[in-house]
Amino acid sequence: MLNWRSQRVRASFYQIALIGVLIGLVGWLLHNTLGNMRMRGIQSGFDFLLEPAGFDIGESMLSFTAAQTYGQAFLVGLLNTLRVSCIAIVICTLWGAVLGIGRLSGNALARGLCYAYTELFRNIPLLLQLLMWYVVLVEWMPDTDAPLHFRDWVLLSKEGLTLPGFMSEGLTLTPEFLALTWGLTLYTSAFVAEVIRSGIQSVPLGQIEAALSIGLSPWQRLRLVVLPQALRLIVPPLTNQYLNAIKNSSLAVAIGYPDLVSISNTALNQTGRAVECIAIVMAVYLTLSLLIAGGMHYLNRRAALKER
Amino acid sequence: MQHYPNTLLPARQPPLKNISVAQWIKHNLWGTPTSAVTTVILLLCLLWSIPSLLEWAALHAVFSADADQCQVARDIGACWGVVTEKYRLILFGRYPFDAQWRPLLATAALASLLVMSCRPAFWNRFLAVAWMLVWLLFFVLMGGGKWFGIPTGLVYVATDQWGGLPLTMMLASLSITLAFPLAVLVALGRQSSMPAIRSVCVVYVELVRGVPLISVLFMASFMLPLLLPTGTSPDVLLRVLVGITLFSAAYTAEIVRGGLQAIPRGQVEAAYTLGLGYWQTQRQVVLPQALAHVVPSLMNNFIAIFKDTSLVTIVSLYELSGALGLAVSGDPNWRPFKLEAYLFITLIYFCICFAMSRYSLWVERQLTHR
Amino acid sequence: MTPNITFRRCIFSLVCMSALAIALPVWAGKTLDTVKQRDQVVCGVNTGLAGFSAADSQGKWSGLDVDVCRAVAAAVLGSADKVRYVPLSAQQRFTALQSGEVDVLSRNTTFTLTRDASLGLHQTAVTYYDGQGFLVSAKANIKSAKQLKGATVCVQAGTTTEKNLTDFSRTNKLDIKPVVFEKFDAANAAYFSGRCKAYTTDASGLASIRTKEAKNPKDHVILPELISKEPLGPMVRRGDDEWLAIVKWTVYGLIEAEEYGITSETVNALKNDSTDPVVLRLLGKSEDTGKLLGLDREWLARALLAVGNYGEIFEKNLGEKTPLGLKRGLNAQWNKGGLQYAIPIR
Repeated sequence: MLNWRSQRVRASFYQIALIGVLIGLVGWLLHNTLGNMRMRGIQSGFDFLLEPAGFDIGESMLSFTAAQTYGQAFLVGLLNTLRVSCIAIVICTLWGAVLGIGRLSGNALARGLCYAYTELFRNIPLLLQLLMWYVVLVEWMPDTDAPLHFRDWVLLSKEGLTLPGFMSEGLTLTPEFLALTWGLTLYTSAFVAEVIRSGIQSVPLGQIEAALSIGLSPWQRLRLVVLPQALRLIVPPLTNQYLNAIKNSSLAVAIGYPDLVSISNTALNQTGRAVECIAIVMAVYLTLSLLIAGGMHYLNRRAALKER
Repeated sequence: MQHYPNTLLPARQPPLKNISVAQWIKHNLWGTPTSAVTTVILLLCLLWSIPSLLEWAALHAVFSADADQCQVARDIGACWGVVTEKYRLILFGRYPFDAQWRPLLATAALASLLVMSCRPAFWNRFLAVAWMLVWLLFFVLMGGGKWFGIPTGLVYVATDQWGGLPLTMMLASLSITLAFPLAVLVALGRQSSMPAIRSVCVVYVELVRGVPLISVLFMASFMLPLLLPTGTSPDVLLRVLVGITLFSAAYTAEIVRGGLQAIPRGQVEAAYTLGLGYWQTQRQVVLPQALAHVVPSLMNNFIAIFKDTSLVTIVSLYELSGALGLAVSGDPNWRPFKLEAYLFITLIYFCICFAMSRYSLWVERQLTHR
Repeated sequence: MTPNITFRRCIFSLVCMSALAIALPVWAGKTLDTVKQRDQVVCGVNTGLAGFSAADSQGKWSGLDVDVCRAVAAAVLGSADKVRYVPLSAQQRFTALQSGEVDVLSRNTTFTLTRDASLGLHQTAVTYYDGQGFLVSAKANIKSAKQLKGATVCVQAGTTTEKNLTDFSRTNKLDIKPVVFEKFDAANAAYFSGRCKAYTTDASGLASIRTKEAKNPKDHVILPELISKEPLGPMVRRGDDEWLAIVKWTVYGLIEAEEYGITSETVNALKNDSTDPVVLRLLGKSEDTGKLLGLDREWLARALLAVGNYGEIFEKNLGEKTPLGLKRGLNAQWNKGGLQYAIPIR
C-alpha cells in the first residue's frame, strides 16, 4: 500500500511530479514554437547547412568562397575561434605563471607591479578591454600607405600586422584578430596569475622549510618541490580559466572578427533559422567544454597524490 | 668525548621590528643579485613609460569641451573634453534629457541600499522592507506612467530608452538577487538522493556553464518570443534579465555546492536526531555554514556578473559601453577621441569592482576572525 | 511537520503551477485589432540613418520610413503621433517583426525572394528604389568601383549588402576583403578611422552617412556604379492579409496623391471643391474605400493631412534642400520618368 510516511514513496512522488512538470513545460514551449513558426511560414530544419552560403568571410584559415555551403562557413568560424583560443591559452599560461610567481617574489617592486597588473585587468570588463585595444589598433596606427616597419620583415598599419616574407606567402594578421588575441590573453593571464599564486601559496610551509634545510637554491626549490605539489591544486581552476578563455573569445562579434558566433549570426539573419543556428553554436561550445574538461580531468588523475 | 666551548656564543641579532627605509630597500629591492637586476630593469621600464603617460593624460590634456582644441592636441594630449561634453549621454543613455534627474535619483537610492546592505550593523528586518521599497521606487522613477491604474505624475519612459549606469546597476543587482535562491535550490537538488532531481540539476548547470553568455543572451533575445504563445511579446529588458539570471544561477549553484560539500555529514545527522526535517536542517544548520565557507568565491562571482552585464550592449540594450558608442560614434567631431571616453567608463567599472573585491576581503577576514 | 501537511503543500503548488500555465494569454490576435486596442502602432525603424529614420537629441524621430509609419497611424488610429518607434539593428529586425514585437518594419529594408518566401514576412509597397554603392576617401583617387582590387571594404552584417558585395567581387574578379561588423556605428567608425578603403551600403545610406558622419563631407566620394537593385519598403508579418492591405494601400495612396496633386495643404480645400472623381474617391468624399480595408472613409485624407503626399515626404527628408541632397531620379512619378507607379485606388 502506498504510504505517504515512507520516504521512498515521497521521493518517487516528488520525482514523478518534477518530471511531469518539466515534460509539460517543454511540451508547451514546443507547441508554441511550432505554432508560431507554422503561422508565420518560417521554415525549419538543418538542411540549410548544405545550401550555398552567399557571403564571404573576412579572414579564414581555409580558403572560403561564397559558393561553399553554410556548413563549411560554420567550420571556418569554428577554426577561427580555435585559432584565437589556442594562442590565447598558451600565451596566458606562460605570462600568468610569470605574474603569479612574480607576486610572491622577494623583490617589492616586482610584487607591486604584478599586484597592480592583476587588479587592473581583473576589474575591467573584457568587452571594454577588447573595444579599447581595437580603437588603439585602428585609430592610432598609421595608414596602409605609410606603415610602421622594421626593415621589410614586419609592417604595422591600420590593416594589421603584415609579415611579407613569412613562409613564402606572407601573413597578415588583421587588427580584429590582434585586438581579440591580445586583449583575451592579457585578461585571462591576470586570472591565471591568481590561480597559480594561490596554488603555490597553499603548499605547506614545512615543505619549503625542508627544501631550505637541504640547501636547494630558490629556483631548484620552485622547480623540484613547490611546483609539482602546487600543480595538483592549480589544475582544476586552471581548466576553468581555459574554458572561460574559449567562451570569452565569442566576444569577437563585437569587434568584427568572424568567429563562430559572428558567422552564425550572419547565417541566422540570411536564413531566418534562429533556433537551428543558436543550437549549433551551443552544441559546439558544449562539446569543446566537455572535451577540455575531460582532458584536464585525465591529467589531474595522473598528477593526483598516489596514496600508498 | 664532546668538546663544549666554555664561553657563551655571541647573541644573534633580534629580528628587525622598526627597520629604516634604507634597510627596507636593501632587503626588498637589493637583497640578491637577481633582485637587484630586476629592480633596475623594472625601474628603467617605469621611467620610460610613466612620465610620457602622465604628460599625455594630465599635462598636455584638454579638459574643456572644445572639439577644435582637442583636434589640435590630437597625439600630444588626451581629450577629456569628450567626457565633459558627453557625460550625460554616456551615463544615462537615451533617457529623455530633461527627465534625467529620475535615473540619477534611482541610481543613488539603489547604490545607497547596496552599500547599507554591506554593513552587518544594518542586517535586520527593516533591511528587507527597505529592499522592497527601494526596488519599487527605482522602477517607478525609471518607468513612470501608471502603476496598477494609479498615476505617478511622471512621464512614461519605455524600457528600451533606459540605459547607462542605472541599467548596469539594475541588471547586475537584480539578477544576482534573483539568481541566489534559484542557485541554492539547484545546489541542494544536485546533492539530492533522488536521481531525477539530481540529473535535472546537473544537466541545467553543465548546459549553462558550457556555453558563452553571448549565446544565452542571443537565445533570450531572439528565441524567447518564439517560445512563448503567439501575441505575447515580453519586454526586451525582461528577456535579458531572465537570460542573465539563469546564467548566473548556474555559476552560483556550483559555488554553493562546493560549500555544501565541505559540511561534515555529522552536522546533518545530528540535526536529524534532533527531529529537524529536511528543509529545516538545510535552513538552520547546513546553509549558514556552507555559505560562510564560500563567501570569497561568491563575491568573485558577483564581480564577474557585474562585469558581464556589459555584454548586453550586443543585444542593443544601451548600458555604459553601448551608450558610449551611441554618444561618440555617431558624432564626427568627437569620434577620434573615443579612447578617452572608454577610459572614463573603465574608471567607473574599476572603482566599483575594486570596491567589491576589497569588501570581499574584509568579509573573509571577519569570518575567519569569528 | 507531519507528512500530510507536506503532501497538501505539494498538491497546492502543483495546482498553482498548472493554473499559471493555463492562465497565460494565448491570443493569436489580428494585428489591426491589437493596434486598435493598444491605440498605438509599434514601428520598427533604424537606429539612426539620417533621412530615413533618425532621432534627434530630444528623442523626436524623423525620416522617410518614420513618415510612412506616421501615415499608417493617422490612417488607422486618427493621429500621426500614436506611434512608438523601436530602433532595430540589421540583425534583430526580422525576428522582431516575426515575433510580434513590432507591427510594421519600416527600416530601409530591401525586398528579396528569400525574405518574402522563407522568413515569414511580406513585402508591401516600394517607398524608395535604390541601389548599392561604394563610398571611398577622395584622397584614394579611385574613380570606379572596378578599381577596388583586393581592397578592404567595411560592411554591416546581416544585410543584402554582404551578398551583393560578394557577387560583385566574384563577377569582376576583384578579390575584395570584407570586414563585417555587427553594428552600424561600428562599421561607420571603422571606415572613417581608415580601417577599410571603402564602405558599402545603399546609395541613399551612403549619402546620409557622408552628410552626418563625415568630418568634411567633401573628403569622401560616392563611386558612380550601383552594383545592385535595392527596392526599399515597409514589411509586415505573414498571415495577416488585412494589415498587409492597410500598409500597402497607405503607401500607394501617398504616391497616388502626389500624382493627382493633393498636398497636405490642399487636402481640406480639395475635399470640398474638387471635381476630379479620382481625387474625390481618394479623399473619401465619393466612395468609402476605407470600409473595405477595415477603416473609415477618411483614412487617406487623414494620412495626407498628417504627413503630406509622397513628393512632400521625399522633399522634406531626402530632397535637394536637405543636407542629403538626393534627386528624385528613379523615385519620380511614372509619368515623369521615374518608377513610382501607384496601383490605382478604386
